Amino acid sequence: MQVGMALWGVAVLICAAVLGALLQKSRAAGRAVYAVCLLACLEIFAVGCWHLLADPGPATGMRLPVGLPWSGAHFRIDALAAFFLVVVNLGSAGASLFAIGYGRHEAAPGRVLPFYPLFLAGMNLVVLADDAFSFLVAWEFMSLSSWALVVAHHRDPDNTSAGYIYILMAGFGTLALLLAFGLLAGSTGAYTFAEMRAGGGSLPAVVLILALLGAGSKAGLVPLHVWLPLAHPAAPSHVSALMSGVMTKVAVYGFIRIVFDLNGPPAWWWSVLVIALAAITCVLGVLSALMQHDLKRLLAYHTVENIGIIFLGLGLALAFSSHGMQAPAALALTAALFHVLNHCLFKSLLFFGSGAVLTATGERDMEHLGGLIHRMPLTAFAFLVGCMAISALPPLNGFVSEWLTFQAILLSPMLPSWGLKLIVPAAGAMLALSAALAAACFVKAFGVTFLGRPRTPAAAEAVETDRASLAAMFAFAALCLLAGVVPGLVIDALAPVVQGLAGARMPQQSTLPWLSIVPVAESRSSYGGLLVFIFIAAATLLTIWAIHRFASHAVRRGPAWDCGFPDASPATQYTADSFAQPIRRVFGTVVFQAREAVDMPPPGDARPARLSVTLRDFLWDGIYAPVAQGVAVAAERLNHLQFLSIRQYLSLVFAALVGLLLVVAIWA
Amino acid sequence: MGVIVELLLQGLQMLAVLALAPLLLGFTRKFKARLLRRRGPPVLQPYRDLLKLIQKEAVVAENASWLFRSGPYLIFAATWAAAALVPTFATGLIFSWVGDLIVIIALIGSARFFLALAGMDIGTSFGGIGSSREMLFASLAEPAMIMIVFTVALVAGSTQLSSVAAYMQDNAALRVSLGLAAVALVIVAVAENARIPVDNPATHLELTMVHEAMVLEYSGRHLAMIELAAAVKLLLYVSLIACIFVPWGLAPAGSGPAAYAIGAASYVGKLLAGGFLLVLFETSIAKMRVFRVPQFLGVALMLGLLGTLLLFVSRSF
Repeated sequence: MQVGMALWGVAVLICAAVLGALLQKSRAAGRAVYAVCLLACLEIFAVGCWHLLADPGPATGMRLPVGLPWSGAHFRIDALAAFFLVVVNLGSAGASLFAIGYGRHEAAPGRVLPFYPLFLAGMNLVVLADDAFSFLVAWEFMSLSSWALVVAHHRDPDNTSAGYIYILMAGFGTLALLLAFGLLAGSTGAYTFAEMRAGGGSLPAVVLILALLGAGSKAGLVPLHVWLPLAHPAAPSHVSALMSGVMTKVAVYGFIRIVFDLNGPPAWWWSVLVIALAAITCVLGVLSALMQHDLKRLLAYHTVENIGIIFLGLGLALAFSSHGMQAPAALALTAALFHVLNHCLFKSLLFFGSGAVLTATGERDMEHLGGLIHRMPLTAFAFLVGCMAISALPPLNGFVSEWLTFQAILLSPMLPSWGLKLIVPAAGAMLALSAALAAACFVKAFGVTFLGRPRTPAAAEAVETDRASLAAMFAFAALCLLAGVVPGLVIDALAPVVQGLAGARMPQQSTLPWLSIVPVAESRSSYGGLLVFIFIAAATLLTIWAIHRFASHAVRRGPAWDCGFPDASPATQYTADSFAQPIRRVFGTVVFQAREAVDMPPPGDARPARLSVTLRDFLWDGIYAPVAQGVAVAAERLNHLQFLSIRQYLSLVFAALVGLLLVVAIWA
Repeated sequence: MGVIVELLLQGLQMLAVLALAPLLLGFTRKFKARLLRRRGPPVLQPYRDLLKLIQKEAVVAENASWLFRSGPYLIFAATWAAAALVPTFATGLIFSWVGDLIVIIALIGSARFFLALAGMDIGTSFGGIGSSREMLFASLAEPAMIMIVFTVALVAGSTQLSSVAAYMQDNAALRVSLGLAAVALVIVAVAENARIPVDNPATHLELTMVHEAMVLEYSGRHLAMIELAAAVKLLLYVSLIACIFVPWGLAPAGSGPAAYAIGAASYVGKLLAGGFLLVLFETSIAKMRVFRVPQFLGVALMLGLLGTLLLFVSRSF
């Protein structure tokens, strides 16, 4: 029943894609396509909410006679799928609403309109799929349609190379998932998830690593993240929001589905791998983000950091549940899933904001922006809320999930194994470091883009964006506040998901006074988001009242003081690079081998002095460049095989046949 | 009836924090002047400064946005809310469960976020340099603080300050991990409050300023709010150190007036002692170069991490 309703929504999305392909020339048709997408996503969103919040009854499946002839395609909604349907369609609905306004500025709508609904349909199908075959088909569907959107603006050479790297990494990821499902299916070829769950898998550790490679490469786990900061900014902004805010969550879904649901329990030391990778991802993601001055690339790198936070929660849950500690596992898993929702909200919001800035000024480079708070006050406000949420500032939502992760870390001394005892506090320190660096990163992003004085005429003449885009941004900003102020309701809504995966749930939160949350016990830790919000609001209003009652009202506008030497040129302001310079010197010299070279002309020479900074991406230089070079060398060598004579080819075939027969003989 | 008394006590604490903060600042300035063999300004001078500032007109730069003008109120509100959550004279007040130690740190982080943004709003290079350096210091001080919280929480089994104080009162013992955390917390407190050797609150040389550079464009009532927020933050850190490491005298929940009086008296005593020790430390050390500060704060981070690691290895450290 519910599955059928969700699949109808997907069918509507596919029809919208056909509509978009047929009617790409007209502007009204573009808006109509996005509006249809919005409605379809809201419908599936409602189905997900209904399943998650109302009493769902047993999860019912559905079999469609498509796909493999002997098995068909299975679809099913359980609590986990319902939660991810909610997240995916919430983000997609927001992006569609934003695109109703933003799509008007699209230079080549024919390259976006047909693929956008397909992308949404693909992500929904991944979550709905209940057998390995449909899962992988939907996964590839999602990858290919998003690839088409990444190369939508294909005249830009950067975008084509981004698309190339993306499709390579997507292919690699799918290959890893294919092998993971192959291992889970075993020799009997049990492709449905129900059979896999019953079988339990023979090599849980290998499946875990393959899932980490496959889902991790889609999500952006270090060191498989290299495509992400290239591909996400290349797409149109509403698609960037979808790729960063939603598609990475589908990847997280894939990881959770395989590792927590289908796979048997792996030994505890594999969770050390997940936790270590997640912690490195956090810090490397945020440090890379700090080094950027392209607004959308900064946001994309920041997605890498947030994926690290999510995987840290998942790794902790894995560690706890491998030791049979179900209640802490439930806490860690709730923290991770809460962060999934939060990141979808604020990262989509921030990408919408960057899209609004892009249409208003034509600039993604922060060094060419500035002062937009005067020209685009509403966008600036919504973007500020997103910045606060992502920097984990109370009372917004990002803080709650990080707080829950910290609480889960504080429970980990109970873990008996030494490896975990040593790695978990280090991971906690890395998480704290990345949270603090995230605040610095978003002070930089907001401060350089929206504050100060405009650095270019384009920024000085920007105009506020359209109503549909603003509506999407403000809806998400409101949701960020709501999820931060009443976190207990979100935690309770997550309870059936966590119960199904970890075998336990967090205590009921919605009955507590003032909607506060108490993960373990009140004497241990508690957080009242609503009361913190009321405190801050009341203290602010009280102060404003007192100041206006007792203090002087006089305000004089004058030139900036600047210690008595104000300089009218906007070039004297701090830029994005100069803001990050201290952090680059402290952290970047180690992590990126950042080097500064000053070219100072000799006295009498009139040319300007130059400061150049070089950063090295050690992962690219250390892993990807050698692999690419190895492939190139191998291709060069193998090229000779194209020019052999027929006798040589026949002898090659014969040799291969003998070789294979030998292998078969030895194997037996 | 009981609820009203509890609400009154909570309100009293919030007002006490506000009223005592400039006094603590006045005392530290007086102590410092005496140590330098100057007479120093009167102890009540910070109050007079604040009064003078709120009576003056506010001069706002032409291109200041709404963020610049609303910033001081938000900064002050976030700092005040954080300070209200730290037990001063009594534990277990009615709203003490609203936030634990991590929430308090995050609230201070919120205030810093707005302060740094306000510093960038006018678009002057001094504001930018202040914001940039402040965020650098914060990026090390905040994780150090979280590690200190971990250490304390692992010892006391709680991140809730009231529970921590109760545990420390009952189970007073010298522990290696707590010693490390105490040193780290002092380092963080010095850095967070822009004191020597990290920053100089009395500097008049612009290039050495961090906190003062950010608020350079503020005047009148806006500056008053920022100064008051800074004073409250200093008080908050002294209260925090006192609450965790010398919790004696704190009145438990539901005790009589006598216990509250003892709590208040011991609290004032702790504030004076804390201010004096801070000044003693300040006068005996020179200010650091900016790029030495990360090493200084890195020590705090490593001490905190070491404390946490020791506790992960064995709860008896």
